[in-house]
Amino acid sequence: MTRATLERKGPVTAIERRLFLRQTLSLGALAMLTGCDISDQDVVQSVLSAISRWNDQAQAVIFSQHRLAPTYPESAVVRDFRYNAYFPADQAPKLVASDYRLQFSGLIEDKRPWTLDQLYTLPQESQITRHICVEGWSMIGKWSGAPLGAFLQRIGADLTAKYVGFECADGYYGSIDMPTALHPQTIMAFKFADEIIPAKYGFPFKVRIPTKLGFKNPKWVTTMYVTNRMPGGFWEDRGYNWFSGS
Amino acid sequence: MMARSTVRIDGEEPGSSDRDVQLHPLSRRIMHWLNALAIVVMIGSGWRIYDSSPPFSLDFGFPWMFTLGGDASLSEALHNEDGLANALLWHFAGIWLLVINFVAYLIVGFVSGHFLRDFLPIRLGTLIHDFLAALRGRLDHRLGQYNAVQKVFYWGVLGAILVTILSGLSIWKPVQLQALTWLFGGYDNARIVHFLGMTAIVGFLVVHIALTILVPKTLVAMVFGRATSKPHSSKTLPKEEQP
Repeated sequence: MTRATLERKGPVTAIERRLFLRQTLSLGALAMLTGCDISDQDVVQSVLSAISRWNDQAQAVIFSQHRLAPTYPESAVVRDFRYNAYFPADQAPKLVASDYRLQFSGLIEDKRPWTLDQLYTLPQESQITRHICVEGWSMIGKWSGAPLGAFLQRIGADLTAKYVGFECADGYYGSIDMPTALHPQTIMAFKFADEIIPAKYGFPFKVRIPTKLGFKNPKWVTTMYVTNRMPGGFWEDRGYNWFSGS
Repeated sequence: MMARSTVRIDGEEPGSSDRDVQLHPLSRRIMHWLNALAIVVMIGSGWRIYDSSPPFSLDFGFPWMFTLGGDASLSEALHNEDGLANALLWHFAGIWLLVINFVAYLIVGFVSGHFLRDFLPIRLGTLIHDFLAALRGRLDHRLGQYNAVQKVFYWGVLGAILVTILSGLSIWKPVQLQALTWLFGGYDNARIVHFLGMTAIVGFLVVHIALTILVPKTLVAMVFGRATSKPHSSKTLPKEEQP
């Protein structure tokens, strides 16, 4: 479960990281190449951001709602799936099942909150797919849950709207394009490796999207909304590409 | 595009001419330097991306001063991340320049006859001869005329760039372009192919730049479009001096 580079910030890898930094110099190659100061870099940054938005559109064109992510046999599933967040696993949000309510806002007709028991009554599907982190590593896992598209339809979401947004119990937030939200493999994963998804992997559910990079798969989701205004996301607001499709 | 890149002014017999001339039309020079810029951006940002999660368990990282992605500590302070985002922005901006320029270069190279005239033919006998001569430091260098080893090198780097672009696409879109990813042996293997492609390009660059330093007039030609020299006056090594 990728929170992009968050994993690197964790104390677990802090030592490795410090060693790495000590062996090298953290001089910006950009500054070396062009002799720019930071204000010049701002111009460079805005050009790079504009190209990144262009790349969002290019990826939306390449994306097909009917093209399925490759699936794998049970034997390919990784046993000890990597925990990934910007805090240690024991600090992952521990939501109480009986208190949990999934909230809704935006362009959704029926905004009544759902309890976990209600969510568990939704028809579920399983998938064994490859989770790919923006850093480059990947792992094959098994997730089971309710297709997001059918759920959005059921609560009367405006399926012609552009974006579906998520807010999470850990303060994380993110959003995806509607075509991806309606992709048949985009699910609200209540189970991981055939068990109720544990706290460290996103209990009560993670939105599993095998057509997107890991950080676009929010965990500990508490609120879902539909909008036409680009909601951005935690890592996207820190410079990562918004569409980030695979 | 009609300008000839190689002009033997005087006579057919190698060594009998008074001067060797190297000409590079403006379009080729522009594409060469755009490609150089794109390659530097792609390698610099690619090394930073590699560092965030190497594709194999080697204890090897590229020193950050040689990577592109901004100052890591600054990025950490501002964004709580070490510059991977920035490196990715560079990588996915540079790819447009690289691909568009590369495709244009291939089209012009084939249509203008530049590839056929200057990079072909390569005969096995000549290649072996030139390779052995190069190893002994006795390879004759004539400005504007490529020896068989050079020709193989140019085809090699074009192939390496192509493979690196295609393996990069298959890493970028392992779902949408899954047939391509499959061709490279799956996502993990595609990352290694991508790395090896980069390594081949860097290997070419080392030789390419070293030879440019030894024969600086080739740089003059690639900047100003024309360079001349007397035959054998631009030998790569003193050893080549003939009795």
